[in-house]
Order: sequence, then C-alpha cells, then structure tokens
Amino acid sequence: MTTKRTSPLGTALRQGIFAGAIAALLTLMGMVETFNERDIIEGVISMGLLLLVAILVVFGSAVAGALAEARLAYRLAASALTGALTELFLIGLVILGQQANLRPVFPNASPELWELLQFGLSVPLSYLAMLAFGAIGGLLGAGLTILSRRFRGPVIVGVITVVLIGLLEDLIGITIASSPLFATSPLVETLNEFFLAQGVESGLSKPGAVVVFLISSVLAYLWPILRSGARSRTQAMPSRRRHGLALTAYGVFVVVLLILPNFLGPFLTDVSNSVMIFTLMALGLNIVVGFAGLLDLGYVAFFAIGAYTMGVLTTTAVGGGSGQIVWGPGLTFWGALPFAVLFSLLAGVLLGIPVLRMRGDYLAIVTLGFGEIVRYLALSDALKPYTGGSQGIVEPAIPTLGQLTASLNAQELYYYLLLACVGLVIFIAIRLRDSRQGRSWMAVREDEDVAQAMGVRLVSTKLLAFASGAAMAGLAGAVFASKVGSIYPHSFDLLKSINVLAIVIVGGMGSIPGVILGSLALFGLPELLREFSEYRYFVFGAVLVAMMLTRPEGLLPSAKRKQELHEATEPGGEPPPQVVAAPGGAGSA
Amino acid sequence: MRRFFERYDLVDVIMWLIAATIIIVAVFGSVKTIQSGKYSAATWVDLGLSGLTQGSVYALIALGYTMVYGVLRMINFAHSEVFMGGSFIGYFAATALASSGFMNANPVAGLIVVFFVAGLTSVVIAVMLERIAYRPLRRAPRLVPLITAIGASLFLQYMFRGLFGSQIRSYPPMPSLEGGIGLPGGGEIEYVQVLVIVAAALMMLVLYLFVQRTRAGRALRAVSEDKDVAALMGIDVDATIVRTFVIGGAFAGMAGVLYALIYRQITFFMGFIPGIKAFTAAVLGGIGNIPGAMLGGLTLGVTESVGTILFLDGYGVPAPYQLKDGIAFIVLVLILILRPSGILGEQLAKTKA
Repeated sequence: MTTKRTSPLGTALRQGIFAGAIAALLTLMGMVETFNERDIIEGVISMGLLLLVAILVVFGSAVAGALAEARLAYRLAASALTGALTELFLIGLVILGQQANLRPVFPNASPELWELLQFGLSVPLSYLAMLAFGAIGGLLGAGLTILSRRFRGPVIVGVITVVLIGLLEDLIGITIASSPLFATSPLVETLNEFFLAQGVESGLSKPGAVVVFLISSVLAYLWPILRSGARSRTQAMPSRRRHGLALTAYGVFVVVLLILPNFLGPFLTDVSNSVMIFTLMALGLNIVVGFAGLLDLGYVAFFAIGAYTMGVLTTTAVGGGSGQIVWGPGLTFWGALPFAVLFSLLAGVLLGIPVLRMRGDYLAIVTLGFGEIVRYLALSDALKPYTGGSQGIVEPAIPTLGQLTASLNAQELYYYLLLACVGLVIFIAIRLRDSRQGRSWMAVREDEDVAQAMGVRLVSTKLLAFASGAAMAGLAGAVFASKVGSIYPHSFDLLKSINVLAIVIVGGMGSIPGVILGSLALFGLPELLREFSEYRYFVFGAVLVAMMLTRPEGLLPSAKRKQELHEATEPGGEPPPQVVAAPGGAGSA
Repeated sequence: MRRFFERYDLVDVIMWLIAATIIIVAVFGSVKTIQSGKYSAATWVDLGLSGLTQGSVYALIALGYTMVYGVLRMINFAHSEVFMGGSFIGYFAATALASSGFMNANPVAGLIVVFFVAGLTSVVIAVMLERIAYRPLRRAPRLVPLITAIGASLFLQYMFRGLFGSQIRSYPPMPSLEGGIGLPGGGEIEYVQVLVIVAAALMMLVLYLFVQRTRAGRALRAVSEDKDVAALMGIDVDATIVRTFVIGGAFAGMAGVLYALIYRQITFFMGFIPGIKAFTAAVLGGIGNIPGAMLGGLTLGVTESVGTILFLDGYGVPAPYQLKDGIAFIVLVLILILRPSGILGEQLAKTKA
C-alpha cells in the first residue's frame, strides 16, 4: 500500500487525471473563456489563463509535496507529467470539439474556446505548446515546494498581490477618476500611468507588475521581523501607554471609515453598502449558528419581514390602483424602523418555538421550510392586497435627518446609516458573546444535554438566540428595503440564506472579525468582478465543501470554536473511536 | 392539575395549540369546500390521481434520503441534485433517441435506455459525493457534514448550470404516452400516470425484496442499526454505505426521468422543490424506515394535490394552488410537532428529532 502511494508515476497519473477533469470541467463551464477578457498583466497573462496556470501549479505542488521523500529529479518529472496530463485532457477536449458540434449540449463549447486553448496556434504545434505549457505549470508548482519556507510565503504573497491588483485595475482607475482628491493630483497620475495599463480590463503594466511583486514580497519577507519588533516594543511599554496606543489606532480606523466615501466614489460606496447589509445579516446569523449552534436555513425570512414591514409602513403607493397596496400608514423611515426590528424579533420567537425540540438536520430543513413559506405567502395572490404579490411594494421611505443629511448623496446617506448600524450590532454582538447569555449559547452549541444538566435553560436560551438573530436581520431588511427602493418577493429566496450562511462559515463560526472578512470576500469580491458573479454560487459550493474538509473552523476562527472542532485530534484529547473495516468485507457480499 | 404541569411544559402546550389550530382550519375549510359543491367527484378523482403520481416520484426520491439517513445519520442535502443530474442527462439521451427516430419506433426500449442513462448518471454523482464530500467527515461534529452537503448541493446545481446553460429545456414529446383511459364516474387516468405509478411500485417492490431477503440487504440493515457493531460482525461498512448511495442514486435518477415525463420541463434548479418534498415524505413516513418513505411519499402527494384545494378553497382564497408548496412545509412542521417519529415510526434512536 505505502509503496504504491508514493510511487512517482502513480501519483502523477492520479493527480493528473483529477486535475485534467477539473480543468476540462471549468473550461466547459465557460470560465476560461469568460475570464479571458480581463488581463492581469497587460499582454502577458489573462485571468482565464491564470485559472489554468493555478490548477497546474496547485496540482504540481501537490504531487511534489506528496513525493517529498523521492529524489528531486523524480519529483520534478512527476510534477511536469501531472501538468502535461492535465493539458492532455484539454487537448482531447479540443479534438472532440473540433470533430463534433458540442454546442447543443454544452453552450460554451465554441470554436473561439478551442482557439484560445490552443494559444491561437495551428494544429501540430499547438498540441506541443499545450503539453509544454502544462509541464511548465507543473514544474512551477514543484518549484514552490522546493523553495525554503522562508521564501515560499513571500513569493505566494507577491503573486497574490499582483493578481488582486491586476483584477481590480478597472476599479482603481474608476475610483481615481471619480474621486475629487485624486483626479487632479499629478503624482497620482504618474503612478497610475506607471503601474496600470491604460485600457479597459487590461490589468497591470509589465514594469508595474514587477514592482508590485517586489514590494509586496519584500514586505511579506520582512513582516515577521517587523511584527516581532513592534510586539516587543509595545510589550515593553507601560500598560497605560499601550492602552492609549490601541485607542489611537481604533480612532484612526474610525476616522478612515468616516471619510472613506470621499475616496471611494459612488459605485464603490454602493458596493460597500451592499456588503454592510450582508454583514448585518451575517452578524445576526452568527449569533444563531455561530454562538448557539442552531443551523438556520430560513434566515432570509426575517430579513424579508423587516423589509416588508418597512415597505408596508412607509410606502406612499397606497390605494386601490395597480402596483399599490390597500393599507399603509405612511410613516417615516425612523418611525417604521423600530416596528421592523420588533416584528422580525417576534417572528424569530414565533418560528423558534416549534423548532425548540429539533436538532441539527431537522432544524435546518424546517427553518428552510419557514423561509420558503414566507416567500410563498409574499408571492401569493391571497395576500396580494397587503404585500403587493409578485409586483411587490414600491417607494418605501428614505432616511433623512434634516440638515445633517442634506449635503449627502444617496450612497453616502446609506453608507453612514449602515456604518452606524454595523457598529451598533457589532457592539451588541460582542456584549452578548461575553455575557452570561453568550456562555449559555456556547454551552448549548457544544452539548445540549450537558448544558441543560448544568442549569442552562434551553427554551429561553434558544429563543433569545433566534430573537436576537432575527432582529438584526430585520434591521438589515428594513435598511435594504429603503436603499433598494422596492421590495419584491424574489429578493428573499433561499440563495440569500445560503449566501449569508456561507459568509458566517467561511469567515469562521462564532467569530465577529471572521464575519466581516467573510462578507468582504464572499459578497464584496463577486460584486466587484462582474464575470465572477455568474459563477458565484458554484464557487461558494466548492468553498463550503473544501472549507469543511480542510478547515472547518473558518478563515478567522474564534479560539473556542477552533478548540471544539479539533478536540478529537488534539494530542491531549481522547482519541476518536475507530471503525475497523472488516478485511475483504466478508458477510456483506 | 399539578401533575399535568409537571408532565407538559409551556412549550408543549404552545406547540399543541399551533397544531390544533392548523388542523381545525383544515377541517373547517374542507367542510366548507365540500358544501360549496364547486367540484365534482371526477375532479377529486383527477386530483387524487395526479397526487398519487407525484407522490410516487416523491417516494422514489425519499428512499434515497431515508436510506442515507439510516446509515449515516445525516440528511443528504445534495440528494435533490442527484435527482436533477439524472433528469438532465436523461434528457440528452431522450433527445438523441427521439431525433434519430429510435424512440418512436421502439418506445419501450427507448425509455429503458433513458432510464438506464439517468440512473447511471445519478449513481456516479451519488458515489462521488459519498467518496469526496462525506466519507472524510464521518466522525466530524454533526454540523460539519450538513454544511458540506449544502455546499455540495450548491456546487452541483451551478455546475450543471455552467455546463448546460440556465435555459429551461423540454423533454421530447412521447406520442405513445399521450392519451389515457377513461374511468367509470367521469375521471381519466393518463398513460403517463399509469407508467409512473407502475414503475415506482415495481422499483419499490424490488428494493423491499433486496433489503429484506438478500445478504447485502441484511448488511445494510445492520449498518443502519449500529455501524461499529456491524463492523465487528464482519460487515464491510464502507462498501455497504457506498451500496446505499448507489441504490439511492439509481432511484433518484429514474425518478428524475419519471418527473420529467410528467412535467416535461427541466432546469438546473428543478431538484430543490421535489427534494424538499421527498425529505418531508421521508420524515412523514418515519425517517430511516423504507416502507415509511413509500407511504409518506404517496400521502404527501395526495395531501398537496387534493388538500390544497380542499382546505383552502372554502375560505375563498384566490388561486390556492399557488400555496401548494407551502402545504408540504406545513405538513412537515406538523409532523415534527405531533409525531416526530413519523407514521410508521422511526427505526432509529429517539433523540434524533
């Protein structure tokens, strides 16, 4: 068994087939072609090719890593073989696609795609080029594993920075052009011309890429030294000064957040508003799923209730006409906001009661059912006079505060409103987490029966988790309704619940910084890269599975949760019970 | 009185109240609908038959949920995508056969090929799911495989969307399945309905015999009972679990074709609603219980087809059929409140729900 596992040829073949299947899948899904429009480095590499290179490098380094004990020549050969095998799959795809018309089945299998995969070369040469491309990609991956640890990290950081800046080149350009502070500065203009290629979706310029790579990798190389220096210096400070330093840092951070819309311009401000709405929801779901361990898949229902409350209570489209609802008091935004939060909170309690006795899987599916019921009700003709049916509700109120908000544009208005909401909710979430209530939630999460035996009252603990999570979603929903300007049932489908769940899980269940990072990465990034948004849920699914398999605690885990999930594997902990599979499986055939 | 409060706490009382309200609403609505005399007996028969047809499909999918729950104690959230995958690839087989004229010449052989292709696709998806996503997590905390399953479901849905596009595709028409048999009393049973009900009944019979009468079936029951002890008794647990996924996948794939024969249209998103309903059916019959899944599927199918009109029409609710999917969820919640072990009883430990 062990000899087979580390045999270079076998490993290379196995991983190569796996990588080839993935590459062929992503190609047929149209990712390579769609992403090809955007250059990372002008004229050198596009995002589509980068995707292929990434597959080759990852699998190349995986093969080289798995063969750590083999001789260097074998490792390199195996990685190159893996890469070539991956490209062999694509060659097969190209041949197949050129012989038969695959388009009725695979809409993305276009002649342009085959041309792209062949690097625009003609047949015999192009296949050689593809194989060489694969082998070089695999070798690059192997090269990473050979580099010593000290250099590997900085190189990876440098590459990632180049890729990120290359991806966001458009946005950086737009931001500079639309920001009053930057547009006229000659220094910014020179930098812009040096680093960024001048064109649509054209990425970094070649010298710009080199400089960005050097700067970021050198910084990453120096980072451990700088950090330990800074840490020892702050630790040497008297505690009062340290405290002051921390306060100053927080202050600077807050000021930056407050003046940010001036730099971002309207588009980016709007994106950050959407991110903050998701952050609000995710903070609420983090209480339910992260703190109390209750997997709620119908979370969007509370968001919907908040939004509909805001819509019904504030809309001006009241009357008998089409597109109007029959009843609405026409409150102001601030008058309706408490009701939106209150109704969501009550709904949280109400929906929480029937599921109190359910655990894990059942809870997930019943809450999913609740979420769908709310959407069906909103959509149905039965409630149409009150909720507008599929036409929804239009013209909810806009939050204004007299003179204070008069000078702001719409994006800035919601930016400050949401910033205040997020700040408030983070504060509440932290206080809840560190309270007696928070400890009860975590006890329930770890083991319901033991928690109950220790005197935690399950009913009130769970209901409070549902209620506070729901209230936060209601707040998010109310602001969302006002910001978007219309409320349609289709905004509240299951995918929203899943989206928020993915944010909480990828960020780290129970971790507040994790939630913020999660909503930036899983909501902000796809919003900025519009090609990506088509594949958003595909990537979410893959990320969720990969995360659970490799790092179930999330990107920025809370210390407690991490400990729980790794209890079984920790050297101090009890060893997990093992199932011994019967040799040969006698008795089952 | 005091003893009453000791035995039932407030939560129980509230839950019973909720359940009682829903049942009273349903009964009252039924009486009103029947009194109104708007619907003839033939209409009810038609509704009942279409309910049975849908219910058979739910039952076939529910078997996959129930069997996987039996061996792994987890809801295979991605099972609805196993169903969708079968239906999708079956579509390509059916289209190819129809355009070459084979389907019209040999409808029986053609349908068998489509069933086989769909079943095989679903088996491949189900086995890969088990191998890649579930097996490494068998000893992980409960939430972890559940989230993995949700992720896998999303992944598969959007993989199909990416590969085959997001448009709605229509199964080729089956001239040999058009029309129906008139029933005494004015109703009609369509050939498609006959096919679906008979095929589902046959498949369930085969499964029942397999589980009850064969050695592999006994191994499966043993693994459902207790994995560790089964392993000690010399049963290859991994192989048995894979076998469970194979059976569940094959049934889901064939259910996908039957579903497409009824509704004709397929999309990448089609698995969600039947998946949820099949899960409801599994819970309704008692999760982990194979005859229960069959009974639950049929009950749910009839309830949502007949019940939606019966319960709601009397109140003058406009377009009650729009709330059909909601009815299924309400049934699920009611069952979980009133009898979490399902109609036929869960064959598993009582602490699951």
